[in-house]
Amino acid sequence: MVVGILFKWCVFLAMSMGVIFGGLMVISRRNPIHCALFMVMSFFCTAVLYLIMNQPFIAVLQVLVYSGAIMMLIIFVIMLLRLEEEKIAKLKFSYTKLTGTILGIIFFFQLLMGVIAPLIGKTGKITAEVIAKEGSTVIIAKELFTRYLLIFELSSVLLLVAIIGAVVLSKGK
Amino acid sequence: MLFFVVETVIKTIVVFGVFLLFCAYLTLAERKILGHIQVRIGPNRVGPWGLLQPIADGLKALFKEEVVPERSDKVLFIIAPMISVSMALCLMAVIPFGDHITLFGKKINLVIANSEIGLLYLFAFASLADYGVVIGGWSSYNKYGLLGGLRAAAQMISYEIALGLSCVGVIMISGSLNLVDIVKAQAGGHWNVIYQPIAFIFYIICALAEINRTPFDMPEAESELACGYNIEYSSMKFSLFFIGEYAHLMIVAAVATTLFLGGWHGPYLPSVVWFLIKTFLIVFFFMWQRGTFPRLRYDRIMMLGWKVLLPLTLANIFVTGLVMVLAR
Repeated sequence: MVVGILFKWCVFLAMSMGVIFGGLMVISRRNPIHCALFMVMSFFCTAVLYLIMNQPFIAVLQVLVYSGAIMMLIIFVIMLLRLEEEKIAKLKFSYTKLTGTILGIIFFFQLLMGVIAPLIGKTGKITAEVIAKEGSTVIIAKELFTRYLLIFELSSVLLLVAIIGAVVLSKGK
Repeated sequence: MLFFVVETVIKTIVVFGVFLLFCAYLTLAERKILGHIQVRIGPNRVGPWGLLQPIADGLKALFKEEVVPERSDKVLFIIAPMISVSMALCLMAVIPFGDHITLFGKKINLVIANSEIGLLYLFAFASLADYGVVIGGWSSYNKYGLLGGLRAAAQMISYEIALGLSCVGVIMISGSLNLVDIVKAQAGGHWNVIYQPIAFIFYIICALAEINRTPFDMPEAESELACGYNIEYSSMKFSLFFIGEYAHLMIVAAVATTLFLGGWHGPYLPSVVWFLIKTFLIVFFFMWQRGTFPRLRYDRIMMLGWKVLLPLTLANIFVTGLVMVLAR
């Protein structure tokens, strides 16, 4: 049992270091392909973090959707555009940096709340014990298609609008 | 706890070794089968019936000079084949290759990881394996290599969607993402291929595109790309790409067996033997059709993926759902 907990801690430390290192490399590398690949690494390490929290479904979706599909498309676009290294370095995204900072701070407090909430006794209905009993896939499916059905449908409509928009924009010229 | 660890380590080593051996001999099998299709003999010089040919090839690749192009991205150039082969080998972890056996009074399931999300795990790591091809093409600083990598990326993204959707019908019938549960649900001759014949055909087509085999071997089309993404690779790095490709071929056949052909189920023979028979029949089919069909044109491949396979797999899911609701 002790060995198991020690092993989990080692994995946790290694993977969180991987996430932070990957993230730092994404914003500090000059070559856009390297940035994208470090982002893949960061996403992958995040997936392992989900895994040691007993959420295999979320972990696999993280790899499948983010590391697999979205990053592949980003790399595809970078390769097609043939971005020059120097051009990237000279561009100044001041507004982007500002929005990013604000969003980052908000996200940080959200994470902090997530850590503090269980300590002051605030827990939801679905605890670790419930997940261990029913399996995370079953619980996610049940919640998604009953309680959050409206939001689920609305987000799919939103995605449909985005697809139609993309087609219209690309056909416009 | 200790027993679990020892059991898993032994299973991993055995599966890894046997799997790599199969991959090595698939190269020989492919050359022999293609030879007979084209009325040739195939390799027959090294050992009886050419049986030592894969070992000779491996030794040759190990002792060949390594060439790294001067303007290439050196780190990525070396990492790319590693990604390709390791991700393909990771896939074997969730595939149930047999029923349980009893050793020393303990029940041992013949699967390395009996995971709740086995099928999704397969798709996730299969999509990571594409990075090997794409990075390999990009990092070698060669226009043919880059074009091959780009084509590979586009083709794999397109066909992964249809591949995933063709398996949804099976998930709906079995009610689980766990591959062991899916196999158990097919006991007694209730193979999914009987209930999902169209999905099976779609799966085979998409799988061929996913592992870049003829008719969909666009990323390495010899006649127009001069081998594509692996053009600058030599010696063992080139072999690693090939091992990755054959490992992926085996996996795709094993998944088809698990999802559609009843997995390890079958009369008289042990479960592992049945699993291997079914898997190698599909592998044989893949090699057979390579000797039969010509290569498709690139725009045709994309059109087939997006305009034909995607709507049809979606329709299959819709019909499956409708029948399930009506039959209840």
